[in-house]
Amino acid sequence: MSKKVEKSRGEMISFMLNGAEVQADPKWSLLEAIQFYGISIPTLCHDEGLTPYGVCRMCVVEVGNGNRTKLVASCMHPVTGGLNVRTHTSRVIKTRKMILELLIARCPSSKKLQDMAAMLELKEVRFDPLNDDCILCGLCVRMCEEQMVAKAIGYAGRGMDRYITTPFDMTSDECRKCGACMFICPVCELRCQGPQAETTLCSGCINTEPVCASIYGEAMCFMVPCLSCIKKPEDVKA
Amino acid sequence: MNLSSVKELEDLRKKILSGRDLDKPCIAVCGGPGCLAKQCLQVRDEFIKEISAKGLKSKVDIRTTGCHGYCERGPIALIFPQGIFYQRLSIDDVAEIVEETVINNKTVPRLLYSDVEAKQVIEKENDIPFYKMQTRLILSNNRMIDPNSIEDYLAIGGYSALGKVLGSMNPPEVLDAIKKSGLRGRGGGGFHTGRKWEATRDAPGDIKYVICNADEGDPGAFMDRSILEGNPHSVLEGMIIGAYTIGSGVGYVYVRNEYPLALKNVMLAIKQAKELGILGNNILGSGFSFDVKVNRGGGAFVCGESTALMASLEGKTGEPRAKYIHTSEKGLWDRPSNLNNVETWANVPMILNKGAQWFSDIGTESSKGTKVFSLVGKINNTGLVEVPMGMTLREIIFDIGGGIPGGKSFKAVQTGGPSGGCIPENLLDIPVDYERLTEVGSMMGSGGMIVMDEDTCMVDLAKYFTNFLQEESCGKCVPCREGLRRMGDILKDITEGKGRMDDILLIEDLAGMLKDASLCGLGTTAANPVISTLKYFRDEYVAHISDHKCPAGVCRELITYGIDPDNCTGCGLCKKNCPPKAINGERKQTHVLDTGKCIKCGICYDVCKFEAVRKE
Amino acid sequence: MKIDESKLDSIIKKYNNEQGSLISILQDIQVEYKYLPREAMDHVAKSLQIPRVQVFGVATFFKAFSLKPKGKQQIHVCMGTACHVRGSKMVLEELERKLGIKAGDTTQDNEYTLETVNCVGACALGPVVVKNEEYRGQMTPIKVESLLGTKIAKR
Repeated sequence: MSKKVEKSRGEMISFMLNGAEVQADPKWSLLEAIQFYGISIPTLCHDEGLTPYGVCRMCVVEVGNGNRTKLVASCMHPVTGGLNVRTHTSRVIKTRKMILELLIARCPSSKKLQDMAAMLELKEVRFDPLNDDCILCGLCVRMCEEQMVAKAIGYAGRGMDRYITTPFDMTSDECRKCGACMFICPVCELRCQGPQAETTLCSGCINTEPVCASIYGEAMCFMVPCLSCIKKPEDVKA
Repeated sequence: MNLSSVKELEDLRKKILSGRDLDKPCIAVCGGPGCLAKQCLQVRDEFIKEISAKGLKSKVDIRTTGCHGYCERGPIALIFPQGIFYQRLSIDDVAEIVEETVINNKTVPRLLYSDVEAKQVIEKENDIPFYKMQTRLILSNNRMIDPNSIEDYLAIGGYSALGKVLGSMNPPEVLDAIKKSGLRGRGGGGFHTGRKWEATRDAPGDIKYVICNADEGDPGAFMDRSILEGNPHSVLEGMIIGAYTIGSGVGYVYVRNEYPLALKNVMLAIKQAKELGILGNNILGSGFSFDVKVNRGGGAFVCGESTALMASLEGKTGEPRAKYIHTSEKGLWDRPSNLNNVETWANVPMILNKGAQWFSDIGTESSKGTKVFSLVGKINNTGLVEVPMGMTLREIIFDIGGGIPGGKSFKAVQTGGPSGGCIPENLLDIPVDYERLTEVGSMMGSGGMIVMDEDTCMVDLAKYFTNFLQEESCGKCVPCREGLRRMGDILKDITEGKGRMDDILLIEDLAGMLKDASLCGLGTTAANPVISTLKYFRDEYVAHISDHKCPAGVCRELITYGIDPDNCTGCGLCKKNCPPKAINGERKQTHVLDTGKCIKCGICYDVCKFEAVRKE
Repeated sequence: MKIDESKLDSIIKKYNNEQGSLISILQDIQVEYKYLPREAMDHVAKSLQIPRVQVFGVATFFKAFSLKPKGKQQIHVCMGTACHVRGSKMVLEELERKLGIKAGDTTQDNEYTLETVNCVGACALGPVVVKNEEYRGQMTPIKVESLLGTKIAKR
């Protein structure tokens, strides 16, 4: 390999991030570097304490110059000297929205996905809902294996029939019922009971007048981010 | 016997050759997959029986070989030394061949190749149009050897490239030769083999692996199967040379589970090579050691992808991983690994024997050497063909393949398997070359070439490939798993007449996302069949959507069967065979089809001898 | 189900207890039992020191494995591209009708298992059906009856 990355301790390497030259530790992933510089990009299958898995593809960024660019999953891609990284190009946004549309069509009941849809301003889901409960991000599998050292759950089947399960789909001794899998699951929480709770794409927060203040009074909605609070009424109506 | 030097190998070869009489008659019966399915082994057994009955056992050799390529005409037997080509044999023909050709040195004209148009019979294999236009560098040895005999392989010069490499070349020189030859991967991507070897060679680490990908999963392709079944030693020889160059001590052959004969032959070849000291410790006394293990696949197309294959070799599910760090640095067990497919490995000994210059003289500017294609589908001469890179698709399909059967017209050719695309008639004059095929929206792939005629529905074909990939996707990343699911749903709607025009836009959106965001090569190329059919056959999509018609008469929801009273003779054949008993009528009276009961299985259409069943 | 552990051990030993040989080991076990009994997979996981869920994952990922017993006779219909364009779907459907089962299932009397395969590499003869490892080329729905034999025709 001609472009060997110097991996000595403490030495930083530079690359281009959204047009600015920045420095990063060569041990970091692109995602870590991007987050370090305060740029927010959506992730679903990523967690700081676990090995990156690179399956949700929400964290894609565009790398390369001129016509020779491609999208890469930033959580898996190493920081490479001289790389030109752009985190919010139209190609990136379009891809993230399409992926989210597919995920919401799979699990419309997920609050996390609905919030993310509001954030990415996803307006429409063109597919029939599947009403599944799992987006197969694999956080629970990695949690169980890496943090709990139990290896009690894993994947079975393949393709569209892939699912997460215990050995032979049976209750097993490996499981200590620690609940870490449920703790880390990004989708198994009750959906926001807002105005359009039953629809595939709720977007209640951005498409209607803010409701929280009048209903709940001073009780702040803890759900982050409920965009209704920060959107001005004239934006919402548009 | 353990050969301890290159000289001993050459001495052994001389000894084998001196014991062989080139004029001794030999009957080479093709034992390739196509001929096997046509009961060629019974034909061979009949030859054995007949030869010993005539008391010729010591005077005539009988050899069961690998695939000769011309599957359409199987079972095939070649009679040496004359080189007479007999085709479509049955056990009843055997006695006549032995009597006339082996004993009396005459031919049996009715069993020779005959061209319907030219009305001429051709005796010799090389004069047959199917073979004449090919350049058979890799496949030609299949008919010369018994794949289970290492002596046969040595007799045609086998392992001489290995001898040359171990005796007189250092690894950088071998690497240089492979790089100069311009050899590129025959498995799909078309990456430069020399550069791949170099990256693995230069990667840090003491333990490195070389892997032979024999998990040929492309539907409609059987090149690698035929090479591994017919000439396993050529693949081994390539691997040993590769390992020597890269500095690897252990190799793996990952064989598809559906290919039991390939598995058996390659395991035997390894055993034989080890016994001779060509494989194992201190190969030919050179100090270089290399061992090969064989692993069976479990039936997963995605395992053709290098990282998925390596995961499977580690005893895990065949899930690919991101290749931002190449497998040449971190592959199998996180060690530097070099993976090539069967055909690529089989090219290696030839390049070293005849020289890089000789190899790079064949082919086009960017694609060198020959390529084996499996020419199948709606084509007269189905089989394996090997042509120099740069030959046009038209030459392959019409001159070698003999065109479309039944007077039908050509519609498209699909190359590159499920990752490839469909190429229409007006692009048939492009030369076969990695770049040109990619330019027109298809790819070289491993060499499947499926020809389609006017009766093939392109929307149905796109649906077929999408469904195939849905099943074969590992399901790890969202774009591929969910994207293909939705793409399949939309295509199903279109073929059932429930599509809408904006579905086409949605397909294009999905395709763009698949290409950009999927984790591995399966996902990034998965949309190619859909994109290429949309590009070249958009009118067929439109016909399905707006007119609710399937122009090719394939999509079941859009066609109805009926009986033409003018042609119906009342023979009753359709009535007898109709599964739901939807056809009624008295004997010798016009029959009537009850469309309410009809399940559109198409059996009546197939059995009717009078073209009285119509599809609309 | 009762399994013979010594038999399993001899299979595992053949592959030097290598984790990388999991697929080959499971294949040999399947040849022995015609499917993968749960107890056998448990034993393999223990012997190779890999998580049981990994063995289960591999057994459900690869198409070659079956977790339920297969029939005495196995019929594989090739669904490769070459077979597809020559009408393999019709052949499969006729088989499904004649046997009264869907692809992937086994008849109630445990006689037949009907499966699809994505290409058997005998593309020149499409559509191909493999019955108990015997290749039948150029199949049509009409030839299905003779493939199955008279016994099934009465069903």
